[in-house]
Amino acid sequence: MRTTVSMTVNGRSVSDEVEPRTLLVQFLRDNLRLTGTHVGCDTSQCGACVVHVDGKSVKACSMLAVQADGREVLTIEGLAEDGELHPMQAAFKEHHGLQCGFCTPGMVMSAIDIVKQHPDPTEAEIRESLEGNLCRCTGYHNIVKSIVAGAKTMRG
Amino acid sequence: MYNFAYHRPDSVDAAKSVFSGGDDPKFVAGGMTLIPTMKQRLAAPSDLIDLDGIGALKGIKAEADKIVVGAMTTHADVAASPEIRKAIPALAKLVEAIGDPQVRNRGTIGGSIANNDPAADYPAALVGLGATVVTDRRQLAAEDFFTGLFETALEPDELITEVSFPIPEAAGYAKFANPASRYAIVGVFVARTGGGVRVAVTGAGPCVFRVPEMEKALASSFSADAVKDIKVSDSDFNSDIHASAPYRAHLVTVMARRAVEAAQ
Repeated sequence: MRTTVSMTVNGRSVSDEVEPRTLLVQFLRDNLRLTGTHVGCDTSQCGACVVHVDGKSVKACSMLAVQADGREVLTIEGLAEDGELHPMQAAFKEHHGLQCGFCTPGMVMSAIDIVKQHPDPTEAEIRESLEGNLCRCTGYHNIVKSIVAGAKTMRG
Repeated sequence: MYNFAYHRPDSVDAAKSVFSGGDDPKFVAGGMTLIPTMKQRLAAPSDLIDLDGIGALKGIKAEADKIVVGAMTTHADVAASPEIRKAIPALAKLVEAIGDPQVRNRGTIGGSIANNDPAADYPAALVGLGATVVTDRRQLAAEDFFTGLFETALEPDELITEVSFPIPEAAGYAKFANPASRYAIVGVFVARTGGGVRVAVTGAGPCVFRVPEMEKALASSFSADAVKDIKVSDSDFNSDIHASAPYRAHLVTVMARRAVEAAQ
């Protein structure tokens, strides 16, 4: 019982055979070898697997690959352009927005969605909007600092 | 997750026809509860019928005296709707506090109410506002729709198409959220309408319910003071690691007071 899915991932058209039960995150990691999207809890709590589907942040462990058929998916690997980090990635680097780094891809993907909703986010808005992202190192302070800085660069 | 056949019909009729041909079929809306449940193998449908391809089930319509929300409209779209923020700001606020942004980008009103989680927010809004649930075959008052713990009046093959919210004179919602999941440990929705005052409680018991004593008190004086001393009985209330039944009963009064204070 396999089916073909086609979608655009990081600007590239991809197509592969999957089982209907294949999760989007498995498709990204196992079929496309895009292992930047992490599986932390696998129960939709932690947000390490956050990617954008048609421009909106979603948890890739709670969506089927077949549900992303025909859509545009953006993962952490798709952010940097010509070897230049995305401003949000650069801000996380500059402000030490990571400790072990496991939650970072999801944090960065959520952060970019936060800036879309709140171009000039307050600390409270950031903390509220990070509800779905957990950092087991509890490094939230610098994550919030990074997002404030990343948002500023993104505003230009 | 056990395997299944995946279907993505583009109309309600097509969805029902796939359903009738399935061995143990299930509709999926946003999948924010069903997919995790399937991953735990607590649900194993033979056929998963994805309603996301049915455009007719999406969207928000503002009419003179009501707001109609399509069953497949996401929480994010309801929260951001200028019509809802203007006509029923309490509803937008309630939806804004469901889960997290990623859940709100996928989760839908139809999926949430069909699941009828005892700690979900939407049931309080529907019963509090006296909403009507419209299905492919009938219209149900919200109170008749929610029948018990994870139970609704829906027939197995019945599909919710939209929810119609009458616009209240004023409404407010207050919830004491579980700090981890944001589900309501207790949530109280209060609405003042032309037909009287309605108070609906979620999270406290096995299913959303109204509090007639508070409604009566608020009908004569719509103020926080009117409900601050009204206690509810905790018999049949939920009791778990997060809150005991007596504590939940206490929270009903506190949240009712805050909901009235927040009403606009």
